[in-house]
Amino acid sequence: MARKIICLSILLSVFLMYFSPIAQAASGDDEDKTGFIMHHIKDSHEWHFATIGHTHISLPLPVIIYSSDRGFEIYSSSNFVDPETHTFGREHNGYFIDDHDKLRATEEGRSFVDLSITKNVAMLFLVLGVTLYLILTATKQYKRNPNRAPKGIASFLEPIILFVRDEIALPNIGPKYKKFTPYLLTLFFFIWFGNLLGLLPGAANLTGNIAVTVTLAMITFFVTNFNGNKAYWKHVVATPGVPLPLLLIIVPVEIIGLFTKPFALTVRLFVAITAGHIVILSFIGLIFVFESYAVGFASTMMVVFINLIELLVATIQAYVFTLFSAMYIGAAVADHGHDH
Amino acid sequence: MDLISPDLGLIIWQTIGFGILFLVLAKYAWKPILSALEEREGSIEEALSTAEKARAEMASLVSENEKLLQEARIERDQILKTANENAVKIIDQAKGEASKEATRLIEEAKAVIQTEKEAALTDVKIKVAELSLLVAEKLLRAQLSNEPSQKALVEKFVDEIKLN
Repeated sequence: MARKIICLSILLSVFLMYFSPIAQAASGDDEDKTGFIMHHIKDSHEWHFATIGHTHISLPLPVIIYSSDRGFEIYSSSNFVDPETHTFGREHNGYFIDDHDKLRATEEGRSFVDLSITKNVAMLFLVLGVTLYLILTATKQYKRNPNRAPKGIASFLEPIILFVRDEIALPNIGPKYKKFTPYLLTLFFFIWFGNLLGLLPGAANLTGNIAVTVTLAMITFFVTNFNGNKAYWKHVVATPGVPLPLLLIIVPVEIIGLFTKPFALTVRLFVAITAGHIVILSFIGLIFVFESYAVGFASTMMVVFINLIELLVATIQAYVFTLFSAMYIGAAVADHGHDH
Repeated sequence: MDLISPDLGLIIWQTIGFGILFLVLAKYAWKPILSALEEREGSIEEALSTAEKARAEMASLVSENEKLLQEARIERDQILKTANENAVKIIDQAKGEASKEATRLIEEAKAVIQTEKEAALTDVKIKVAELSLLVAEKLLRAQLSNEPSQKALVEKFVDEIKLN
C-alpha cells in the first residue's frame, strides 16, 4: 500500500512538473513559498500559527534580556514587530530582532543574554506540563493501591516504564541500574512526548532543536562521567593491555571518544526530528509550489504516510537516545571495565 | 536563530526545565511508581511461591495420607493375623485341655468303677459265704437232726481219730 502511494505520488509529481504551466510560473519565486519550512524548523520570538491573506495570526512571546549593566528586562515580542510589514525589525529600548529572528543590541559590541520565552521555550513548558500531568496522574494510582493491575493512564505508561527499566536500564547498566532508572525514564518520556507534541500542527520543533538535544546529551555526558568508576577512567587515560607507544595514539582517541558520544546523541536526535519535519513540510510546500489539485492530493497522502512514520520515529528516537545514554552510563559504572 | 548553532537562552531554559522535570518526577513519580512495581512484583512472586509451596505441601500431605493408610492397612492385617493365630491357639489349647480333662474324668470314672466293682464283689463274696454257711448249717441241721446220723458221724470222727 505504502509503495503504491509513493509510486503514485512520484509519477504525479514528475508528470505535473513537466506539463503544468503554473509550476513553471511559480518556480520563479518559490523562495517565498517554501520559506515557512525553515521558519518552522528554527526557533522564533513569536509563535506564528497561520497567515490568512495578509493577516498574521501569531502569539507574541515575552522577550527576557539579562545584561550586566541593565539587569533583567522584559518586553513583549510584539514591541519588536514593525506595524507596517508585520515582521520583526523595529527597534525597542536599544534592541531589535534581525532577519534571522535573532535578538541584537543596536549598540555594537554590547553583551547580553537572551533569556526570552521563545517558541521553543514555550513548547518546552507545554511538554513539561503534559509530561508532569500524565505521569503524576498515573502515580496517584500506584500510591493508592500498588498491588492492583494498572488502570487508565497508568496502564498506558506502565509497559513503557517497565520497558525502560527491564530492557534499557537493567541489561545495559547492570546491578546499579536502580540509581539511573529515574533519569532514563525522565529522558525517555521527555523526548517521546516532545517528539509527539512536535508533530502536532502548529507545534514547535522542540526536540529537533540542537540546543535542546545538546543539553540533553550534555546531561548524559555529566551523569556518565561523574559516575565513572576507577576502571572506566583507567580505560580512558591508560588503557590496560596496550603497549606504551600505542597509548600515545589510543589515549587521545579515548578522550575524543568521551566527547563524540554526546555529540552523536545531539546530532542523531536533532537530525532525525528536524528531517522528519522538513520532509512533511516539503510535501506541503509542493502543494504551494505547483498549485495543483493532483499534487495537493498526492502530497496530502504522502504527508499522512510520513506522519505515521514520524510517530514511529518519535518513539524510536526516544528509545535510541535513552538506550545510548544507558549504554554510556553502563560502560562507566561497569565493574570490570573493558569488553572490546 | 540558526539551525545548527545552539542558542544559549534555550540551553539555559532546557537545563532548568529538564532539571525541574527530573527532580519532580524522581521524587513524586518514579520513586513511588518503581517501588510500587517492585512491591507488586514481590507480592506476585511471593504469591506464586506460596502457591507452589502449598501445592508441594498438598502433595506431601496426600502421600503422607497414603502412607498412613498403607501403614494402617498393614497394621490391620497384622492385627487380624495375630487375632487369628490367637484364636487358633486358644481353640487348640481349649481342645487339648478338654481332652485331657475328659481323659482324666474317664480315668477317675474307671477307677471309681473298679473300686465299686471290687467292693461289690467283696460284698457278693461275703454274701455268698454267709449264704453257704447258712446252707451248710441248714444242711447240717437237716442231716444231724436224727439219732443214727449223729451216731454215724461220731463214728466217722472216731474212725478218723483212730487213723491218727
